[in-house]
Amino acid sequence: MITSWTPDQPIVQCVDVRKSFGALEVLKGISLSVRKGEVICIIGPSGSGKSTLIRCINALQPISSGSIQIEGIEVTDPRLDKLALRRKVGMVFQQYNLFPHKTALQNVMMAPIHVLGQKRAEVEARARALLAKVRLAGKEDSYPGELSGGQQQRVAIARSLAMRPDIMLFDEVTAALDPETVKEVLVTIRELAEDGMTCLLVTHEMNFAREVADHVYFTDRGVIVEHGPPETLFTAAKDERTQRFLSQVL
Amino acid sequence: MKTAEPVHRLAVLLPYRLAPTRMSVRISPLSAAILCFCAVMAASTAWAQTAPTMLSPLQVIVKWSPLLLRGFAFNILISLLAMLLGTVAGLGLGLALLSQYRLLATASWFVTQFFRNAPWLVLLFFVMFLVPFQITMFNTTVPLPDWIKATVGFALPVMANVAEVVRGAVRSVPSTQWEAAESLSFTRRQTMWLIMLPQCIKRMLPPWMNIYALVAMATVLASIVGVSEMLTLTAQVHAAEGGRPELFAPLYGFALLCFFLYCYPINLWTARLERRFRVR
Repeated sequence: MITSWTPDQPIVQCVDVRKSFGALEVLKGISLSVRKGEVICIIGPSGSGKSTLIRCINALQPISSGSIQIEGIEVTDPRLDKLALRRKVGMVFQQYNLFPHKTALQNVMMAPIHVLGQKRAEVEARARALLAKVRLAGKEDSYPGELSGGQQQRVAIARSLAMRPDIMLFDEVTAALDPETVKEVLVTIRELAEDGMTCLLVTHEMNFAREVADHVYFTDRGVIVEHGPPETLFTAAKDERTQRFLSQVL
Repeated sequence: MKTAEPVHRLAVLLPYRLAPTRMSVRISPLSAAILCFCAVMAASTAWAQTAPTMLSPLQVIVKWSPLLLRGFAFNILISLLAMLLGTVAGLGLGLALLSQYRLLATASWFVTQFFRNAPWLVLLFFVMFLVPFQITMFNTTVPLPDWIKATVGFALPVMANVAEVVRGAVRSVPSTQWEAAESLSFTRRQTMWLIMLPQCIKRMLPPWMNIYALVAMATVLASIVGVSEMLTLTAQVHAAEGGRPELFAPLYGFALLCFFLYCYPINLWTARLERRFRVR
């Protein structure tokens, strides 16, 4: 449960996290921590358990053993109030997952109104400001089906931000986008990071990770092979697996 | 030598195309009108050979049409009420089918399957004979007329079919929508009412209308249990006109025509909606 958490302690603290799907162990003892204001990138080959980890942090999937703490709240606690946890954690998905029957503005406004019970007028002002921030002013009344992938993804980011989370999780958010729209989403995330938002990203965008991340974790087959500041990891990787992966993608 | 047919003359096996399947038989309004006309004509010929003092089949229909149409309106009323009742109950049952509580989901699965796979007429009989003709509560006696009981009888299979439509539609929404809602801290109930069901209305509409057309046609079953709906009245009119054999086809043909004119546009509209929603 809630231990005495103070803002100088990590927002996310994973200790020896293990997760199995049947006989298949996807996470084999992952430990990492994210401090307030940090931008952390997780890179690695497909199927290395990156997305699973990020989904476990949001309690979308239970873990098999180990410990995940968000601001001192133990995610594995069976008495966990998942809804309270998720108010602290924003999540953006690869496939945007906007609500197709609602306009961009309504998508952003729904959760603050219905979940947090905030006043409509106040939420609407904030939602419009957020859409402007992600450079979608003028698209408030468009339905997701009328927006490009990059635009939809930025609406999804605004939708998460509207809940005023303490940390944002990004699960391969540019993987489904056309190359020309990847940039606009990355610019948005970069601005977010510059504003001081704590971000944990699973990404295939190496250049982005290199420029924006404070710390990069390289995972392979369910373990963290090595981690460090991007300038070290990208130029002087120690492990042979990291070197091989980076030589393939860079 | 060049022929007029250029492209398709190559010996190529064209891909097999599945024709879209439909539940109802397609008849153009014109063919239906011709059919009814033929029925009336055939009967008129028979009538022409009988005594001239009797009314022609057409005259009989015109004479009794106010009564018969009132009967038909009753059919429609029963069908609308049964649909309303069945839809409300079916929505509840459908949500129970989707419940996280295993026991509730299983129980409602049995209920759904039971009423979906029971003949409508048998259900009607059960309701007619199991429900009392009046209910006494707090010293007031509320009579339950036959037609109300019949309405409930029709609402039961509607409920089960609507439940199945709701369940199927909600299941067809990608699970990522649940995850997105979950990550935004929506409760399960909020997710269902604010996100799932509104998305599903479009895909639920065509099968729901299909159920309605079936109910509208099934209401004539109520004649078997003595409700004075159109079919009952048609039989009575036939008897009142002396049970002349040549009146049989025109009178029942008139009933057929009424139902056709009512249900065919519904089916047509359903098919149109289906096509429209498929394109998206």
